[in-house]
Amino acid sequence: MVFLRFGIVFQQSFLNVEGRRLCGNMASDSEEEQDFVSFGTPLEPLEDDAPLKKPVPLHEQTVKDEKGRFQRFHGAFTGGFSAGYFNTVGSKEGWTPSTFVSSRQQKAAKVNARPEDFMDDEDFSEHGIAPREITTTEDFTSGRRDQIRDKARALISLVAPIPGDTLLEDLIAPARTSMGVELLRKMGWKEGQGVGPRAKRKPCTQKPDGGPRVYGCALPPNGSEESEEEDDYIPENVTFAPKDVTPINFTPKDDLHGLGYQGLDPQQALMGVSSTGHIDLFTLDSDRTSSLFGDGQIRRRAGMSGQAFGVGALEEDDDDIYHKDTLSNYDTVLEGEEPGDGLYGWTAPEQYNQKKKGSSKEFSYLGKILEGFTLASKPPEAKMIFPPPDLPRDYRPVHYFRPVVDVANASPIVAQALLASRGQMSTESQDKGRHQLESSQRRQLLGESALKGPTSVFDLLDTKDKERLESIRRLAEKRRTVAVLPEENQGPMVTVNTVSTTANFSQNALSSRFQSADSEQVLSAWSSPTADTARPFRPFEKNPEKQARYDLYISKLKQGQKDALESSLDPNMTEWERGRERDEFMRAAMLYKPSSSSLSSRFTRAKQDDDDDTVEVPRDQENDVDDKQAAVRMKMFGKLTRDTFEWHPDKLLCKRFNVPDPYPGSGLVGLPKVKRDKFSVFNFLTLSESDPGDKGNWCAATAPQGTPKTAQPGKKSRWDVSAQAEPPKDPLSKFLSMARNEASASQPDQSREATSTPTPESKPEPLEEEETRPPMDLFKAIFASSSDEKSSSSSEEESDNEENESGPEEMALTPHTILPPSSSAVPEVKPLATDPYLASCPPKDPCPQEEEFGPRLPPPSSSSEPKHQSSVSPLMEKVQKKKSKEKHKAKKEPRHKEKKHKKKTKTHKGKDKKKKKKKKQKKTEENTGSSGDSEDSSSPDDAVSTEELLKRLQSLRGKELQ
Amino acid sequence: MKIGTNARKKQCKVWSRAGSVSLLCGRRKRKMAFPQPRPQLPQLPQHLLRTVDCQQGAIRAVRFNADGNYMLSCGSDKTLRLWSVSRGTLLKTYSGHGYEVLDADGSFDNSQICSCSSDKTVILWDVATGQVTRKLRGHAGKVNCVQFNEEATVIISGSIDCSVRCWDTRSRRPEPIQILDEARDSVSSVKVSEHELLTGSVDGRVRRYDLRVGQLYVDFINSPITCVCFSQDGQCTLSASLDGTVRLLDKSTGEMLGEYYGHKNNSYKLDCCLSNKDTHVLSCSEDGHVYCWDLVEGSLSFKLPVGKAVVQSLSFHPSEPRLLTAMEGRAQVWGAESEDKTEAE
Repeated sequence: MVFLRFGIVFQQSFLNVEGRRLCGNMASDSEEEQDFVSFGTPLEPLEDDAPLKKPVPLHEQTVKDEKGRFQRFHGAFTGGFSAGYFNTVGSKEGWTPSTFVSSRQQKAAKVNARPEDFMDDEDFSEHGIAPREITTTEDFTSGRRDQIRDKARALISLVAPIPGDTLLEDLIAPARTSMGVELLRKMGWKEGQGVGPRAKRKPCTQKPDGGPRVYGCALPPNGSEESEEEDDYIPENVTFAPKDVTPINFTPKDDLHGLGYQGLDPQQALMGVSSTGHIDLFTLDSDRTSSLFGDGQIRRRAGMSGQAFGVGALEEDDDDIYHKDTLSNYDTVLEGEEPGDGLYGWTAPEQYNQKKKGSSKEFSYLGKILEGFTLASKPPEAKMIFPPPDLPRDYRPVHYFRPVVDVANASPIVAQALLASRGQMSTESQDKGRHQLESSQRRQLLGESALKGPTSVFDLLDTKDKERLESIRRLAEKRRTVAVLPEENQGPMVTVNTVSTTANFSQNALSSRFQSADSEQVLSAWSSPTADTARPFRPFEKNPEKQARYDLYISKLKQGQKDALESSLDPNMTEWERGRERDEFMRAAMLYKPSSSSLSSRFTRAKQDDDDDTVEVPRDQENDVDDKQAAVRMKMFGKLTRDTFEWHPDKLLCKRFNVPDPYPGSGLVGLPKVKRDKFSVFNFLTLSESDPGDKGNWCAATAPQGTPKTAQPGKKSRWDVSAQAEPPKDPLSKFLSMARNEASASQPDQSREATSTPTPESKPEPLEEEETRPPMDLFKAIFASSSDEKSSSSSEEESDNEENESGPEEMALTPHTILPPSSSAVPEVKPLATDPYLASCPPKDPCPQEEEFGPRLPPPSSSSEPKHQSSVSPLMEKVQKKKSKEKHKAKKEPRHKEKKHKKKTKTHKGKDKKKKKKKKQKKTEENTGSSGDSEDSSSPDDAVSTEELLKRLQSLRGKELQ
Repeated sequence: MKIGTNARKKQCKVWSRAGSVSLLCGRRKRKMAFPQPRPQLPQLPQHLLRTVDCQQGAIRAVRFNADGNYMLSCGSDKTLRLWSVSRGTLLKTYSGHGYEVLDADGSFDNSQICSCSSDKTVILWDVATGQVTRKLRGHAGKVNCVQFNEEATVIISGSIDCSVRCWDTRSRRPEPIQILDEARDSVSSVKVSEHELLTGSVDGRVRRYDLRVGQLYVDFINSPITCVCFSQDGQCTLSASLDGTVRLLDKSTGEMLGEYYGHKNNSYKLDCCLSNKDTHVLSCSEDGHVYCWDLVEGSLSFKLPVGKAVVQSLSFHPSEPRLLTAMEGRAQVWGAESEDKTEAE
């Protein structure tokens, strides 16, 4: 056995060495290429373009065991592979019993069938049910004996039907001692003794354990004998080992023996620690006692004996077969157990309890202390055990987590409730947009004082009228509350008794239309099981209550309720509001209906909010691409083609590159970004929504002038791009401020002065008045601006000078000639009409030319156009204008057109000069956008509608006050 | 050796040739006592040393490892292979990509390889075992180029999704350390120096991210960049673009130091590189040649006739005059003439 094992080990190590050598070869072949000699033919590299292995067809995918037999797998839960023939012992032919052997010639040998005979070979393998493995025999295992097994065996022997059945085995078992036993032995312990310090015992207590009294039949111990002993062996200085302790047996009683029946005590038997000092395994207690009683003759019985064994025929005496128990064997009084008792039972032995107090001295195990060890001079410190803290009475050992709700995602109601519960109602969440605020709120924010005069139209009314209005309102309210109630249940609106029947009628039509077709559609979309409920779209996030209503509506839709819409609306709202909201909800639900899950998984959420007006834009913008392209064409690489940005590398990246963080404090990563106004079509749409009245007016005013405002946002010009970089929230006011700056720098607009000949001294006036409200004259002047403008424009052309920017805007004047405003007749407006301040107000949106040619690239033929235009009739002008627009749209051929204009016009002196100048300017403008702006803003435009001007003035005022 | 040569068959031509070369070469070096008759002018890899038929479809890229002894070939059959350059033997095949492998790079200690593929992933390989150490997902499109940093702690990958991603090889974090999304079009090429990232993009810009200074320098080239690289001294950047021009730019100012043209590069993503001593500029060409210009003069030094098809990729040995080219399914090793001579004998 041993040799075999060693052999294997040697072989293995040899293999290891060889393997290592092989590995070494493989590793080194790449290193030493020069001297490497390779033998033999190398294997071909696996040819990958060779026909690929065909996948094994399903019917060939079989599992076979080692012997090539098929194994059928029938599921892990139903037993894995089938065994035998369909889990039977038979075969395909059926079950064949063992062949008949005639017993005539030869007696059939008696077959002793073992379980192994019915097992397959696989069962003996490592993973089989009866693995056969080569293990070390117990003789060669470590000295430690399996204590658990020993104890188990002991217990078995105790409980065994034949008590002490294992005794013989135990007796004959080879002596195996554990390390602990060996150590104990070295320290002087002997088997049968207890473990612990030796104690000096009082003579009376040191009665040698006189065998188990289990058998009960024993007579009460002989007191005389004990006294004899104690007289004999009591030297003063002798200490005694503590008694051995039998492990407490916790096995439940499941036999039919009587209480306290114990069979033979194996320990007693094995260790032979009986009073007699020798092993008397095979004598019964009764024998022993009888021997003690004096006949002195110890008889040994051959064979097994015990309580349950009868007396054989060969036995001479048949004593005590019928075992009698006496009461004296039992305790009659409940008291502390005798200290001398070997079995302590459930309570700790008394002597140990007593010892606890003054036992510091009792370390004397025996004189023998292991080599290299000494007794501790002082005892180890007793561990301080602190009592657990007192718990408050109302303490509950469960932790409740405060619900963490993402305010952005949670429904506003929940968020509000949360906020309220925390007692910190944050106002930021309720922050409304600029357009949601009322004028008074805005005023408060800006710190303005209230305007003097009537604040509302109602102030102007008579008290009588007021009363009348009030009564009407009350009446209406009353009706509404009446109307609301039935409507709740009826679904679509059917009430007629509201204030305005016509409005209601249209409302009805609308709602019924939605109800009929769309609501079904919406319902089917939302109640489908695929509806993605995880992240619903929240279109009314700005208005939490509305959003809450919408959420309610959606949730009802999901449940498939037909009257979802009506029931989720706020009954306290007016009819009109409800109608509007109904439409909105319906539309929103249609728009943002959940896509099926397969589709929705392909999309991610937008990084920027749709309803956010700003976009994250890199702070530093790249220089103009055209310039760079030109530079590249000229092969002027370098400054012209290079842009430098501040770039923040990630902290970890710096760490990985072993480079100090260039911006240690900043949490930024990448290019620094700035929030910018989003320049998209939607911006304009929302604007028109926010103040529809104003815008509508404006549109009405501009429409007849022939400037198709609606076409503007769709078309993106270069100016748009640059504007995206520059204008902040309110480009208009910025322009205005620029213009003002210029004006204050006293660079009078020459052409304007020329036109405003009547009262040039009025020019500084508005400058002073900037702080206050503009005078009434100003407004009047605006209203009357156009008629004289026309005449002046022609004169302007003659006095054309370096004011080149004024050129294109002149064109915009023409509409006024076609459709002069009704207020133009007011005579006294003239003086102020052309004050530079006002004139410098640039047109923000109305003029499409402005869109095309921003500050960067002024129109190439700016001055020529007006001239041309002036020579044409008004009707032609219109055509011309369109033409010029087209021209600008087709950006590619401005020069060509320009030439045309050149031919037509006769006098332009400074034009070429201007052009050159502009080219030069171009670059500087690009670098300093502001200057470009200022130039641009200085260009006057009078073709602005009055409303627009008013608006501008207001915003200007606002700015001023800020 | 004898046994090997005798027993060689037709199929193992590559192997046996390589073996004999190395052996003879060693012998000759020992024998030679007289000075070489060749002028000591910069030797250029003008002679074909061997052709390796990689048998992995079209070779998308060939790369030397850090010390130039091994070669990585990225095949269109989804595999990446490691070869011994001197002998031309296949050492290992790394398979695990889901689509053709587009670029690869070996770490400085030769213990790891990173590769990128059309399957949108970047894979970090263990060289010895051939196992995938890490599979980095995150790019939204095919990944064009990949590069280790100096200490192989970061993998930089550029993708068609306009982003450059910096992956951490140290941690198990699945997402990149940083995403550089400044490019407006596909990032075709990425190079890493000690503290800089150089990226070339199809939007016609060469971007240099300087980590130490915390600046991004954008050089406008006005033509889709196909390849960028640093010069060996780190002072210049070389950029090849689809207008058939290779430009050498001063790194600090962005000024153009040299312009090299004559080759054909209109549609493919072709590589360019500098020679090991920065004396020459080399570029692939769609006419089946590798063009080599003198760096200073800008004059064409020679044209390597590689084959008839497009030379897809090339890589210059880090220290010796040796060049790798890839055309179709073959990789070719070019060297200075001496070895070629011995082979001819």
